[in-house]
Amino acid sequence: MSKNAPNKTNPRLFRFAVLTAFVTFLLIGLGGLVTSHGAGMSVPDWPTSYGYPMFALPFKFWTGGAFFEHTHRLLASAAGFMTTILAIWLWLKDSRKWMHWLGIAAFLGVIAQGILGGLRVKLHMNSLGIFHAAIAQLFFILVCAIALFTSRFWMELSADIKSTFVARGLRTLVLATTLLIFIQLIIAATMRHQHAGLSIPDFPLAYGKIWPDTNPAAVASYNAHRISVIEEAPITAFQIKLQMVHRVVALVIFILVAVCAWRAWHWLGGEDSLAKLAIFWLALIFVQVALGAATIWTNKAADVATAHVMVGALSLVTGALWCIIGFGRSTASLPDAQTFGVFGVQTSMMANK
Amino acid sequence: MKTSAVFLLVVALTAVSAGQAADITGGITFKGTPPAEADIGPKMTEASPDCAAMYDPAKMPTTHFYVVGAKGEFADVVVSLKNVTGKSTGSSAPPAVLDQKGCVYVPTILAVQTGQKIIVKNSDACVHNVHCKPTVDGNQEFNNVQMPGGADLTYSFPKPEPFLKFQCDVHPWMFAWVTVVDSPYFCVSDKGGKFVIKNVPPGKYTVEAAHRKLGSQTQEVEIKDTDATVNFTFEVK
Repeated sequence: MSKNAPNKTNPRLFRFAVLTAFVTFLLIGLGGLVTSHGAGMSVPDWPTSYGYPMFALPFKFWTGGAFFEHTHRLLASAAGFMTTILAIWLWLKDSRKWMHWLGIAAFLGVIAQGILGGLRVKLHMNSLGIFHAAIAQLFFILVCAIALFTSRFWMELSADIKSTFVARGLRTLVLATTLLIFIQLIIAATMRHQHAGLSIPDFPLAYGKIWPDTNPAAVASYNAHRISVIEEAPITAFQIKLQMVHRVVALVIFILVAVCAWRAWHWLGGEDSLAKLAIFWLALIFVQVALGAATIWTNKAADVATAHVMVGALSLVTGALWCIIGFGRSTASLPDAQTFGVFGVQTSMMANK
Repeated sequence: MKTSAVFLLVVALTAVSAGQAADITGGITFKGTPPAEADIGPKMTEASPDCAAMYDPAKMPTTHFYVVGAKGEFADVVVSLKNVTGKSTGSSAPPAVLDQKGCVYVPTILAVQTGQKIIVKNSDACVHNVHCKPTVDGNQEFNNVQMPGGADLTYSFPKPEPFLKFQCDVHPWMFAWVTVVDSPYFCVSDKGGKFVIKNVPPGKYTVEAAHRKLGSQTQEVEIKDTDATVNFTFEVK
């Protein structure tokens, strides 16, 4: 039994961790709705709401943008409460010391995230919204990882390392792709929190070209033609370039995830859990690309843009969990691990399947 | 007696030679067809039925980026004298008023002087938040809730800034843009595309016409004894 595995599983703790992760996922979605509706500043005070204690805001004020912002605050409170319980539960009941500190990290993370959200409102800083969005993604990974570590799957995996070793090259590729997805999410958060709407209104072309003009006259013309109901801040050349970078990185991610899935399927075999996870990952990226296109074609409809945010979060956490499982399976390194091919696994292990 | 008469004559001649304050008038024309405005109705109905209920479903509000008359008369263009600074009389000028009525800002385009009070009203039966977002250092950002029937809110800005945005995040289609200038020589073109800048002292000036979407244009003008006229033409390229 590895030190990374619990002495015995605690199904209730596992289910609660999964529930906390699910609430966090919903919270990311609700946060996405807040930004998509341009409602982040609709309740100017914090931690009160319109001067009322947060939990006592009369229903008549739950309207328009305030509906999204206030429910986001309430769900964030629920996530904070659940994370606190999770941290205490881990501290009291999990036999692994490092899990205690993982629970504490989650607790501190959710507190920091709540304060960051409050400061974003109080200090009127769009840039804090970018940090708020990025940390939300990291926190989601953390609670999903806790759920994984408390699962029977992880215990069985840790007890059965030798037969499932994953080559370093594949692990590194998945890790690099996951990091690129995280960078992509930061780029996306930067785009969204500038509150300028769509800086490029067409896809797959951009203002009718493969690469749009961004000289001052062209940008002035784009702005003159833009008529939108909300978020009508003038766009800049930087925002146009940022969206183009987002598109290019999306293409690179798509290719990398396809390579990861193909390598995992080819070298680990179709029955391997990591191969299946990699295929699921590729399917998510397919959906994500479609949602990205739909975001533009619907002129950034709030529900579509929010779905794009949520599937982005799922894509990131899928890559992260793949890495954790892959590295976990390889913790007990085989003596000749260095002899493995870049994307391969040991020949004898392949023969075992 | 004779000396006094001569003195008065000299003073009068000096005054005449220095010139009298005059008005700068003109018209703003939009050339071509403006982009179609967006219908706010669907968004308003989805997000806040209370707001939508204030309108006839067949006459829901639209955006007002291009307010153009039948003959191209272009409204909501801010006309001011460029590079005239430090002349603000804003602290003694009557307050300007921004009203939130029917879940839209009235007017959409406003111009004030530095230091001039802007009173923001809520004439609606629903809550709004008044969120002004300056981009010039020295002008402070505010975000205040304004309950239905709540007291008026008062703002002023010490630095000149073109098209400072006021918005309501509860109803994210609600925008107003306030241009802050550092002199009393400004106005906003009316629905006929006309403008008048009154009582401009003699001198050479650069007249700037600025539109929220189309940027600004300038023309040189010299004020002597009589009113001056300048006209501007905007188009979407």
